[in-house]
Amino acid sequence: MEPTIFRFIWKYSLRQQLVILALTVGSFPVLYATLELPKIIINEALAVQAEVFVLFGRELTQLQYLLALCGTFLALVLVAGLLKYLLNVYAGIVAERMLRRLRYQLYDHLLRFPLPYFRRMSQGELVQMINAEVEPLGGYVGSALSVPAFQGGTLITILVFMFMQDWILGLAAVALYPVQAYVIPRLQRQVNELGKRRVRQVRQNAEKISETAAGIVDIHANDTGLYERAQFSEHLSRIFFIRFDIYKKKFLIKFLNNFLAQLGPFFFFSIGGYLVLEGQITLGALVAVLNAHKDLSAPWKELLTYYQMMYDVKIKYEQIVTQFMPTGLKPAERQLADPPPDAPEFRREILAQQVALEEDGEFLLDGVSFTLELPSHVAVLGNAGSGRGALAQMLAGLLDPSRGRILVDGKDLHTQPESVLGRRIGYVAPVAHVFKGTIADNLLYGLKHRPIRPRPADAELERYLHEAVASGNAALDPFADWVDDAAMGVSGPEERLSAMMRVLGLVRLDHDVYLLGLRGTIRAADKPDLANGLLRARQLMLQRLSADPDLARLVEPFDPDRYNTNATLAENLLFGTPVGDTFGPEHVADHPYVLETIRATGLFDDLVRIGYRVASTMVELFADLPPEHEYFRQFSFIDPERLPQYRALIQRVDPDHPEAMEEEDQRRLLALAFRLIPARHRLGLLTPEVQDRVVEARRRFRANLPPELEGTISFFDRDAYNDALSIQENVIFGKIAYGQPNAAARVAELIATILDELDLALGVSAVGLDFECGVGGSRLNLSQRQKLAIARELLKRPQMLILHNATDALDASEQAVLRDAILEEFRGRTIFWVLNQHDWASRFDKVLVMDGGRVSAFARFEQLRDSGSAVGKLLANI
Amino acid sequence: MTLQRDVDTLRNIPLFSKIDPSKLKLLAFTSERLEFQPGDQVCAQGERGDAAFIVLEGEADVFVNTEEGPVRVARLGKNDIIGEIAILCDVPRTATVIAASALVTLRISKDAFFNLVTQFPEVAIGVMHELASRLHQTTQRLIEVSARLRRYEGDAA
Repeated sequence: MEPTIFRFIWKYSLRQQLVILALTVGSFPVLYATLELPKIIINEALAVQAEVFVLFGRELTQLQYLLALCGTFLALVLVAGLLKYLLNVYAGIVAERMLRRLRYQLYDHLLRFPLPYFRRMSQGELVQMINAEVEPLGGYVGSALSVPAFQGGTLITILVFMFMQDWILGLAAVALYPVQAYVIPRLQRQVNELGKRRVRQVRQNAEKISETAAGIVDIHANDTGLYERAQFSEHLSRIFFIRFDIYKKKFLIKFLNNFLAQLGPFFFFSIGGYLVLEGQITLGALVAVLNAHKDLSAPWKELLTYYQMMYDVKIKYEQIVTQFMPTGLKPAERQLADPPPDAPEFRREILAQQVALEEDGEFLLDGVSFTLELPSHVAVLGNAGSGRGALAQMLAGLLDPSRGRILVDGKDLHTQPESVLGRRIGYVAPVAHVFKGTIADNLLYGLKHRPIRPRPADAELERYLHEAVASGNAALDPFADWVDDAAMGVSGPEERLSAMMRVLGLVRLDHDVYLLGLRGTIRAADKPDLANGLLRARQLMLQRLSADPDLARLVEPFDPDRYNTNATLAENLLFGTPVGDTFGPEHVADHPYVLETIRATGLFDDLVRIGYRVASTMVELFADLPPEHEYFRQFSFIDPERLPQYRALIQRVDPDHPEAMEEEDQRRLLALAFRLIPARHRLGLLTPEVQDRVVEARRRFRANLPPELEGTISFFDRDAYNDALSIQENVIFGKIAYGQPNAAARVAELIATILDELDLALGVSAVGLDFECGVGGSRLNLSQRQKLAIARELLKRPQMLILHNATDALDASEQAVLRDAILEEFRGRTIFWVLNQHDWASRFDKVLVMDGGRVSAFARFEQLRDSGSAVGKLLANI
Repeated sequence: MTLQRDVDTLRNIPLFSKIDPSKLKLLAFTSERLEFQPGDQVCAQGERGDAAFIVLEGEADVFVNTEEGPVRVARLGKNDIIGEIAILCDVPRTATVIAASALVTLRISKDAFFNLVTQFPEVAIGVMHELASRLHQTTQRLIEVSARLRRYEGDAA
């Protein structure tokens, strides 16, 4: 990166700056003419008494002459405005490109930081610097040459004009400039100093905020909310007082500027007036000079601002860039180079020679030497501070040794580009990161090294790539297909699914993904085959249910002609799934079309009455419970806060005359009735007769649905896939019955059987693979995240897998299963596994014991066990 | 089938007879009515228990696992409670219960049960009474069995 912003601008935007300059210079004659014309108008067109005026060789009357001059003035103003518009847009584009380039360069450096540097630099600071702090730099870049050129040029043009009118007036106009030029920068420097302090303070604020978000659980758990508030308030206070000082100084500068600028007219009126009275200059000239002076203060101010900004930006740039140039920054080639033809295959041997790792004066590794023939399975044992983690990262090429080297197949591991390390080596950290995106995205993440299959080029893509090049960004399309199928061992995209499911099976995540798929939704239009298959599954489900009375009890299918006693009244009436909020649970009782439908079927009064009965039952049941009681959440139709309202309501209204109630009361009661599930609540309020009429209302509701409401509800159709229901609900196509022991589990079993029979399980799992993991994988539990990270490395098929306490987040029973699966999968390839579980050591070819940053033992398990050493005794007790 | 009928059934159970009907209604409303088919397992010995069951209709058999296989030790009928020991003292289910006929029960979760016991001392006393009388029976049988054992050992010597 360039050390100063001027070098940065010079190197990347010289040509554009020259274009800006040319446009600027080109606008000066126009500007001069717009100043000159008013004088001609006043002095010649208005003041001179003549019959005939000559303009460009044509004879005109005085009026014509005046109009012609005014017209020319208007045209010139327009041209000047257009030139300025052009200039502004162009300068804006140049600025934005440079800003984009700078951000990209900073991000590029971020990707090349040595790992330990991230411990010193908080995420908040990085975000603050790359996003917020560089923003003003862009503004400056766009104006770097043009503002001094344009405003300086304007200033000079106006001054030349004034001097040409009268040199004394000209002198009067610039008399105070030297004073300003001396005082203002001195004050400004103090403001800038404060500005720098403010930047640092805001950075610390950003750090504080990101730390609060990261540590939110511990803040709650330790009741330190007030303490954190106090700290944050103190940070804000610092910013406040810095700003306070800035304002005082900044507005002092403004005051001085304004005052000095206003001294100009004072001189004009006094000196200029005297000259006019003396007849030395014309009134027209004085007016023109006054006009020009009015225009003079603007460029002068702009120049001063520019000066302030230049100074500010220069410092800001240096402040940011030094943060992004840490010692040990990895060379760009390490990440960009393709694998060299002689890259090590990780098949012969690893040779560590006196490897040391020093960090802040402390040796995490010291004199680590060993030779290992590949392939081999190595268990790495040692205490937490023994250097085992550093060794794992060192072997993965993530940390560079301070001294010594590691040779793989005779090649220095740490001179290999990441295109070798990141593909031949797999590394799983104790708490691996899961990226935002789907499960499939995360599984395939380790295979996205280079774009493999481009997207068909269209205008938008062309434009994107063109601009990327213009800003010095990578001209790569992130939406191309980056997945390296060959590395995964499959011949094409269509085989990816089974490859992914295979590794998910190895890490015991396949069932979770299947369940996520069952709970997921699909659009039949996107996956017609799966949707059709699921419809077959639905038919089979219905057949099985009707064939076996034991199963029939478990599910009450959706039947357009029958009331479903395991569904709410609202579901029975709509007979579909609300899409969006129109008919959502909160609004259904308020919707005019719903009200119209139940009125037309004569249900309205009955349902209000039923709502009244529900309300009185709820009041009876829950009135004595304290508001925080668990039951409200679990069972009550009414929130504890609203219970008193309803109590008042049932005393106020007469249930035998629903029509006499206030509309608001009717709706409140209806809303309760709509939530009734007969089989669950057993209140006996929905008589068969009412149920029949609801079924009637259901038909009417659908048949008369106004066109504008189309799409707000996805109706239950036995022969159509319902996009709004989950896959599981689509197959069941009904409600799991209340009151049947283990119904949910038994139905799940039945679904699994049917999906297996129809070969749909894989398709359902594919939907599960599209499950969004959330930021940092937050929608998956810790164990699932860790399994996913391991699966990602297995899918990548590295020659050497390094696991650093990678299974500690899993249940104890699962850990052993995963261990065996991974060791089996890597038969013939190399594993380094940093373990807490000493009793696992016997399953590895070799055991490497770390102690105090050194290798204290490295031997076959049996040798070590029988050696009589301390570790040997520990292993012997297994 | 309705809540009101469940409440009436509960009121006929001696343990609950003194409780205010509205509280029984809450108990019934917050409990799940479960219908078992003959042969269905209500609970299994050794499982963790998180609920007790009140028999509303039908009968159930209680089995205990022994070295010779499961042995039927009791038959429960209407108004009996199943599984209260497991939720009272956090031990695994002490027996397996299997529906002997079509069986309808009210499943009372552990929370609901404790809610009831803490709110109504008379229920707590009723449960104590029931458990104490079972303990008394068990103790009586233990005395009998020990006496028989001693006699048997005396004979052998």
